[in-house]
Amino acid sequence: MNLEKVVFAFFILLALTLNFGFFLGDIDVPHHHSVYELFAAIVVSLIATILKFGDRTHLGALLLATSLVADLQLILAAVVWAFAEHITGTGMTPAVMAVIVSLSGGALLANITSVLLLVAETMTVRS
Amino acid sequence: MQNIAFLLLRRLRAPLIVLICVYSISMLGFVLIPGMDDQGQPWDMDFFHAFYFVSFMGSTIGFGEIPYPFTDGQRMWATVTIYSSVVAWLFAIGSMLAIVQDPAFRTLHRQNRFRRSISRLSTPFYLICGYGETSSLLIRALSEAGIRSVVIESNQERLNALELEDYPIPVPGLCADVSLPEILILGGIKHKNCIGCVALTDRDPINLKVALSSKLLNPSLKVIARAETEDAELNIASFGTDEIINPFATFAGRLALALHSPSMFVLFEWMTGVPNEPLCKPLYPPHGTWILCGYGRFGKAVHEKLRAEGVSATIIEEKPEMTEAPQGTVVGRGTEASTLLEANIGEAVGIVAGTDDDSNNLSIVMTARELNPSLFIVARKNSRANAAIFQAARANLTMQRGSVIAHKIFALITTPLLAEFLRLAIKENNAWAEALIKRVSAIADDVAPQIWTVIINDKDAPAFNRALASGSQPSIKALYVHPRYREKSLPIFPLLLKRKDSEILLPDETTPLAQDDQLLLCGQHDIRSQMEWVLNNDEVFHYIHTGEERAQGWLWQKFVAKKANRNK
Repeated sequence: MNLEKVVFAFFILLALTLNFGFFLGDIDVPHHHSVYELFAAIVVSLIATILKFGDRTHLGALLLATSLVADLQLILAAVVWAFAEHITGTGMTPAVMAVIVSLSGGALLANITSVLLLVAETMTVRS
Repeated sequence: MQNIAFLLLRRLRAPLIVLICVYSISMLGFVLIPGMDDQGQPWDMDFFHAFYFVSFMGSTIGFGEIPYPFTDGQRMWATVTIYSSVVAWLFAIGSMLAIVQDPAFRTLHRQNRFRRSISRLSTPFYLICGYGETSSLLIRALSEAGIRSVVIESNQERLNALELEDYPIPVPGLCADVSLPEILILGGIKHKNCIGCVALTDRDPINLKVALSSKLLNPSLKVIARAETEDAELNIASFGTDEIINPFATFAGRLALALHSPSMFVLFEWMTGVPNEPLCKPLYPPHGTWILCGYGRFGKAVHEKLRAEGVSATIIEEKPEMTEAPQGTVVGRGTEASTLLEANIGEAVGIVAGTDDDSNNLSIVMTARELNPSLFIVARKNSRANAAIFQAARANLTMQRGSVIAHKIFALITTPLLAEFLRLAIKENNAWAEALIKRVSAIADDVAPQIWTVIINDKDAPAFNRALASGSQPSIKALYVHPRYREKSLPIFPLLLKRKDSEILLPDETTPLAQDDQLLLCGQHDIRSQMEWVLNNDEVFHYIHTGEERAQGWLWQKFVAKKANRNK
């Protein structure tokens, strides 16, 4: 067992689970989606991205790309949230919530791909 | 290929993760700790304001307590986060600077920059291994002739000298061990524009390795290598290296030539001159006993050549046992009068100051002239930096090894046929050389004549090739008829005609040409472009051959044809 691999897999999985937790619930109901969960998802996703830095294999490049996609989607969701709450002054409406949750849904897809790639890599090495 | 960006990112993993953790914990703290607005109502900071506050606090900008003055709980948390974020930033910036300063990282960066500059080269270039006096002269001559070069040298100090040197064409240089094949590949040995490799390091085993690797990695490459010992020379020659240069033998040979057949020496100097170099004048050294100061590698080679030429020489050497000097050697440096008198300087006709120390050589020159003003003085100059004082010392002949070697390599690189000409010429006598010098000086304008090769084929001389194919029989003279006045000739004459396996030295001007003939021509500097007209243009060729100017355009041709019909 390799501690580095444990930490790596832990963060990738945690990014997926937190993302899923935020995504879960009716798409346009604000109180189904916690702002803390989105925050945690963004932080863990960023850490997972940095852990993937510097891997020069083809699979490493793919993993980094999926992570970057997830970061982009989640940060965009946070920006939309801040925009609605503080800048336009519309407050949290169901329409805005739907946009935020669908963005996080995109990130969820990227995170699923990430985990699938990780599983595929493990299978080829450890079968 | 190693990517610098990835290396940087991988090394920065830890500091970046620390930074993200510190930021996220700080933000979370501000969101959770209860606050108060300006009316005294409870107010919780949201993520947006927390991110804003932590961003300006972490970067020590410090706009104050925004949007409302903090409660004591918030201030306590702010104190904790101020210190932790500063430490995280110091860690991140410190690691980044450490990576940039890292020798391995810098080497990688330099190699990458070098690789990029090599891959961008779009004109033919030579790879030169080893940078010293000879290489710098060679690179200068090449770049003045418009040929690019790339340098690999293992000593960083010498490479710094390359960067300070001001060449007309920029010369990429890399500090690396040239005996590694991957470094040669990095230097572009497999590049499609690489036309040759010159191994000029001062160690024979490295030159051998470079020559061998170049021949294996790119067999079509022209390889020129330097070898100091005969053993290494034979070894390098065994796998088909194109030219091998022994610096001591070449230099001593040239010196012996200067003493024995001065006209031949002048001829060699002229033929191997570099662009825009002034012509040296013929010298006439006296015959008699010579004094040879210094019996090192160079002295030995000179002594051998002098003996072969039948010239007797007295040797002065500081350490005769170590250098195995022959019987009758005078012990001393030659810089003091007593040693020179012991060597019977009054009776000698000339002296060669040939030690490997420039100050000693100059001292020998000055002392010897005082003792015998009529001496013919030959001085060996080791470093180009001392050129000014050697000029002031006014020796009859000053020779520098680096320059002789560089000129020879330059000639070999630019005109391959010249080597064959010189090999044939050395067999002729001094009177032959004198006659040839007269011919050359008649056409040259006080600067080195230009020597170049013309091959009668479709690429070099299409007009001639077509004319030969259609049955006309131009002679050599037709090559350099003036393109506008056919009764005149350009200041050019042939040195060598190579036809299949036979070589004709100084061929007769009326010799008819054949296809695939190779001609070595000698002409005034810059006259070559005028000759190209005759070689390439069918109309000009027709004019010099028949004396009539042919109509070129379709309309004019019709007109001329009609006129000719009417006249019938």
